[in-house]
Amino acid sequence: MKTNRQHYDQMVKKASPNSKLGLNCFKAFIVGGLICVLGQFLYGLFESWGATNDQAATYVAITLIFSAVLLTGIGKFDDLVNFAGAGAAVPITGFANAMASPAIEFKKEGYIFGVGAKMFLIAGPVIVYGTLASMLVGIVYFFIQR
Amino acid sequence: MLKRHGEQTVIFSKPVGIVAASSVVGPKEGEGPLGGRFDLVENGLMFETRSWEAAESKFAKTAVNLCSCKAEIPVGDFEYIIAGDLLNQSTGSIFGLRDTNRPYLGIFGACSAMGEGLSIGGMLIDGGFAQKVMIVASSHFCSAEKQFRFPLEFGSQRPPTSSWTVTGAAAAALTAGGKGPALMGCTTGKIVDMGVKDAHNMGAAMAGAAADTIAAHFRDLGRNPSYYDAIITGDLGHVGQELLLQMLSREGFEIASRHRDCGIEIFDKDTQGTLNGGSGCACSGVVFAAYFYEEMKRGKYNKILFVPTGALMSPTSVQQGESIPGIAHAVIIENWS
Repeated sequence: MKTNRQHYDQMVKKASPNSKLGLNCFKAFIVGGLICVLGQFLYGLFESWGATNDQAATYVAITLIFSAVLLTGIGKFDDLVNFAGAGAAVPITGFANAMASPAIEFKKEGYIFGVGAKMFLIAGPVIVYGTLASMLVGIVYFFIQR
Repeated sequence: MLKRHGEQTVIFSKPVGIVAASSVVGPKEGEGPLGGRFDLVENGLMFETRSWEAAESKFAKTAVNLCSCKAEIPVGDFEYIIAGDLLNQSTGSIFGLRDTNRPYLGIFGACSAMGEGLSIGGMLIDGGFAQKVMIVASSHFCSAEKQFRFPLEFGSQRPPTSSWTVTGAAAAALTAGGKGPALMGCTTGKIVDMGVKDAHNMGAAMAGAAADTIAAHFRDLGRNPSYYDAIITGDLGHVGQELLLQMLSREGFEIASRHRDCGIEIFDKDTQGTLNGGSGCACSGVVFAAYFYEEMKRGKYNKILFVPTGALMSPTSVQQGESIPGIAHAVIIENWS
C-alpha cells in the first residue's frame, strides 16, 4: 500500500477525536468537590453526635465507602464516573468501586480464584505502590529526623 | 476452470447460496436504528443464564436454531458448523454449539469471524466437500469488557475513539445452489499491522487491513468500486471509515459513495453513547443478516462486497506493548436466479 506507518500515524491523529479536556475537568471539579463537601458535612454531623476528630474521620470514610460500594452493586457508580471521571474516581469512592466491581464480576469463578484472587485486579497496584511510596517517605523522614 | 485469481482471491465455479441468515441481539442493539429488523431482541443481558459467557453461548445457540428454522433445514443436516467469537479458546462458540452434534470448525479472526466463516464455508461447498454449511459469529458486550477491559461495574471514562461491543449472534446457512443472495467468491485478508498501539482505537488498527484487502480484491479481479452497489466493512466505525476512504483514495479507488460500515449502522452514536460505533464478531454478522441480506432479497442491492474486519490482539499482547494487527476478509455476494 502507498500509505506507510509514519504517514498513517499522522492520519490517525488527525482522524481521531480527542476527549473534551476542559469539559471533563469542569465536571470532575464539580462532582469531586461535591463529594468532598458531602464528606465535610458528614464529618460535622458525626462530630455533633459526639464523635472525636479521629472517630468522625473514620466514620466519614466508612460512610463514603459504603455508599460507593452500594452504588456499584446496583450498577450506578460506573454511570457516575462516566459522567464525572476523576471527580468520582479519585476520592475514596473510586477505590471502593475498584475493589467491589471485580468482586462482583468474578464471583462466577468462585470465592477463591474469583472473588479472592481477582478483587485486587485494579486496586492491587494502588496498594503495592502506595505501600512502597510510604516506605520511601518513611526512610527519608528517618534520615531528616536525625 | 481456474478458481484462483491474483494473489488473494478465489471465484467459486458455481454460486454458493445463502439460503437464510438469522440475528439475535441484546437490548441496546434492539433500541438502535435497526432494532425492528432483528429476528429476536433479548432484553436481559444475562439471557436467563448464570454468566456473561454462558449468555453469549446462548445467543450463538439461539442464532443457530433460528437460522435452521428460517432455512427449513434441521440443524442435524448441516455437514459443518463454522463458528467464531472473541472469548479465550472460543468458548462462546463451543459451549453454544456443544449440543448440536455436528462437525465443528472453530475459527478465530476476531471481529472478522463472519467473513472468514463465509469464505471457508463457500470453499467447502464449492470444493464439493459439503452441501450444507452453517456459519455462526457471536459477541457479548459484558464478556468482552470483562476479558479485554475492566469489570463491568468499574467506573472509567471511554475515549471518543473507543467502540462498543455488540451483544448478540448471527448465523448464515449456505447450500450448494439455491437462488437469491449467493457467495460468488472471496478475498482472504493478510495480517496488516499499521503500528497502532491504542487499544481504544480499534477502527484505526483495522482500517489498514480493510484498505489492503479491498485494494487487493479490485486488483486481483480487475474490478472497480462501481461494480458493487455497496462495499460494507465490519466495525471500523467513524474513525476507521475516514482512514479507509483516505487510504483507498491514495490507491486510486474512490468508494465513499458506496461505503457502509456495520459498526456505524447498528447504533445511533448521538443518542446511544456508543462513540466510535459498534464492534465485535456479532456486529458485522447481525447487521448483514438483519439488514443487508434482507435488502438484497428485496432487490435494493444486487452486488455487495462484504468485508468484516478484526483486530488481532489479546490483553497480554497489548500490555506487552505490541502494536495491534488487523485483518479483513472480503466476500462477494450477488443476487442469483
